[in-house]
Amino acid sequence: MASIDIQNVKKAYGHVKVLHDIDLQIKDGEFVVLVGPSGCGKSTLLRMIAGLEGVTGGEMRIDGKRVNELHPKDRDIAMVFQSYALYPHMNVAGNMSYSLKLRKTAKEKIAAAVASAASKLGLDPLLDRRPKALSGGQRQRVAMGRAIVRQPKAFLFDEPLSNLDARLREQMRAEIKKMHGDLKATSIYVTHDQIEAMTLADRIVAMHGGVVQQVGAPLELYDRPANLFVAGFIGSPGMNFLDATYSAGGVTLRDGTFVSLPSPLALDDGAKVTVGIRPEHVVMGGEGTGMAASVDLVEPTGFGIILHLSLHGLAFKVFTLDRAALSAGPNVQVVFPSQHLHVFDEGGGRCEPR
Amino acid sequence: MKTSLLPTIAHRLAILAYVIFALFPLYWLFKVSLTPNDLLYSEGVRMWPSRTTWEHYSFVLQHSAFPTFFKNSLIVSGSTAIIVTICASLSGYALSRFSFRAKYWIVGLMLLTQMFPLVMLVAPIFKILTPLGLTNSLTGLIVVYTAFNVPFATFLMQSFFDGIPKDLEEAAMIDGATKFTAFREIILPLTLPGIAATLGFVFTAAWSELLFALMLINGNNAATFPVGLLTFVSKFSVDFGQMMAAGVLALIPAALFFLLIQRYLVQGLTAGAVKG
Ligand SMILES: Nc1ncnc2c1ncn2[C@@H]1O[C@H](COP(=O)(O)OP(=O)(O)OP(=O)(O)O)[C@@H](O)[C@H]1O
Ligand SMILES: [Mg+2]
Repeated sequence: MASIDIQNVKKAYGHVKVLHDIDLQIKDGEFVVLVGPSGCGKSTLLRMIAGLEGVTGGEMRIDGKRVNELHPKDRDIAMVFQSYALYPHMNVAGNMSYSLKLRKTAKEKIAAAVASAASKLGLDPLLDRRPKALSGGQRQRVAMGRAIVRQPKAFLFDEPLSNLDARLREQMRAEIKKMHGDLKATSIYVTHDQIEAMTLADRIVAMHGGVVQQVGAPLELYDRPANLFVAGFIGSPGMNFLDATYSAGGVTLRDGTFVSLPSPLALDDGAKVTVGIRPEHVVMGGEGTGMAASVDLVEPTGFGIILHLSLHGLAFKVFTLDRAALSAGPNVQVVFPSQHLHVFDEGGGRCEPR
Repeated sequence: MKTSLLPTIAHRLAILAYVIFALFPLYWLFKVSLTPNDLLYSEGVRMWPSRTTWEHYSFVLQHSAFPTFFKNSLIVSGSTAIIVTICASLSGYALSRFSFRAKYWIVGLMLLTQMFPLVMLVAPIFKILTPLGLTNSLTGLIVVYTAFNVPFATFLMQSFFDGIPKDLEEAAMIDGATKFTAFREIILPLTLPGIAATLGFVFTAAWSELLFALMLINGNNAATFPVGLLTFVSKFSVDFGQMMAAGVLALIPAALFFLLIQRYLVQGLTAGAVKG
C-alpha cells in the first residue's frame, strides 16, 4: 500500500495541452474517484500514474519516491482496464498468475494466491476457461482477480464497470466497495457514473478540460460545489441554473421574484449572478405561493417523478417523491427554499457568505 | 430457415465449376506425368491415357539432378521464409506500435522498393553479388529473396499487429513484463495466424521464383527447382513426361506446408480485415 503524490503534473501531446498543473495528494489506503466529462483527461492522468504515458512536466511520487522515469513494470501498480485486456491465449488461472510468474514467485505461493483471489471473486469453477468462454461479468471479475493476486501498492481502475449491464454494475460496485474495505488498498477509480463516484469515493476529484475543478468528499461536492461546472456535473438530474441579480442579502430572479438568502454574500449589490438549485430541492407549492411554471413533460421513474417545466421560458427540472405530482395540472407553482440555493458569481465561482 | 432449392444448387454448381477450372491444370500435370512417352503424341487429347506408368518419376528421382534442385529449393525457400518472417515480425511490430521520427520515410522507402520491375534490378544485383562471391550460391539467393520479401511481409505483419489491442501489452507491462517480454509472451502468440500467413506467402514466393534463380545461378549444384525444370527442355525436344513428374513432386512440399499452416491461415487471412 502506498501514497501517491501528484505535483504540478502536466501533459501535452505536441502543442495540445491535455492536463494543466494537476496537484493531488492521495493518502495510503484512500479511494479516490476521478470524474469529468469525456475527453477531460481522466484516463490520461491514470495512465501517467501507471507509467503508460510519459509526464510532460511536474513530478509524480509513489510512496515518496519519484517515479516519473520509472517503467510501468517497476511501479508495482495494478490496473483494471475498461476492455479488461485479458490475455486471450491464457486461461483464467494463467491470466491471474501471469504477474506472479514474471516475478518468479514460487509455484506453491502462486497457486495459493490464485486460489484465494478466485474464491474471493467466485471464480473457482472457471479457472480452466479461456476469456473467450466467459460472460462480460465473469471477465470483469477475472480482471479484478488479476489485479488483487499480487497485492500491489495501488489499484487503478479505468471505467471498469462501463461494459456491464445496470444490474451487474450495481453488484460489482458493492463488491468493489467491500473489497476496498477488506484490502484497504490505495485506489484511483475513473468513472462517468454519478452513483459509482458518490458511493465508492473517499474523495472525488472533479476534472474539466484538463484542470482539477474540485477535490473533496462526495457530499461536499454535492452540498457545496466550488463552481458552476461541478454544480452542474454532480447530481442527477442535473442542477437548474437561473440568471439573477444580487442585492440586499437576496437574489432577484428575471421575473422579479426576490428570494432572500440565509446570510449575505461577499458581493456588491447589483452584481450579476447565477443561481442554482437541485431538482430534488425545489418545493411544489399551492396556488399563489411561488413562481408559476408550465409542465412540459412528466417522467415517473418508479422511485420518484421528474417534472420537466418551463419557468420564465427556460427549461427547469423538479424531482419529487410525491405521487400527487403525476396528476399535476398544466401549471404548477415552484418554491425555492433559500437554504438550498447555490449562488455563483460571473466567473462561475461559488459565492461565499460575507 | 427454409431456403429455396434453386439458388442453392446454382451456388454449388458455380463453386464446382470454379474448382474444376482451378484444378484442371494440376490434373493435366498429373495425367501427363503418368502417360508413357510413346502414347503422349499418338493418342490425341484424352482425359486419361490407355496405359499409365511411373517410369518418369523413377527416372527423375534416380537419374536426374532433380533431388539436388529439390534440396536447394527447400533450403532457399525455408530459410527465406524463416528469416523474412522474423524480420517482418519485428519491423511490423515497430511500425504498428512505435512512433518515431523517420517512420514516414521508412514506410515510403519500403513502398518504393516494391515499385521497380525486378528485371531492371537483375543486372545491378548481379554486379553487387559477384565481388562478394554470392553468385552461384544458395546464400546469395536467400539474401536477395529476403531483401525483396521483407517490405511486403512487414506490411502484412503490421496489419496483424494493428488488429491486436494495445491494452494487452500495456496490461502485461503493468503486470511486470518488459516491452520485449510482453511482445514475446503476449503479442507473438496472438499473431500466430499472421506469422503462418507470412511464412506461407514468402515460402511460395521463393519456391516458385525463377528470374533471379536463373540469372544468379549457373550449373546444377546451386540450382533451385524452377531452374531445374528448364533442364528438361533441350534444344530439340521437351521431355514433358519427366518435366511433369518433377512438377508434381515439387508441389508436394508446398502442399504439405500449407496443410500444416492452414488452420492458422484461414483465421489469419481474415483476422486483419475485421476487428474482433
Ligand atoms: N495520443 C494523443 N494525441 C493527442 N491527443 C490525445 C492523445 N491521447 C489523448 N488525447 C487527448 O487528450 C484528451 C484527454 O483524453 P482522455 O482519454 O484522458 O480523456 P478521458 O477523460 O479519459 O475521456 P473518456 O471519459 O471519454 O474516456 C482528449 O481530448 C484526447 O483527445
Ligand atoms: Mg477515458
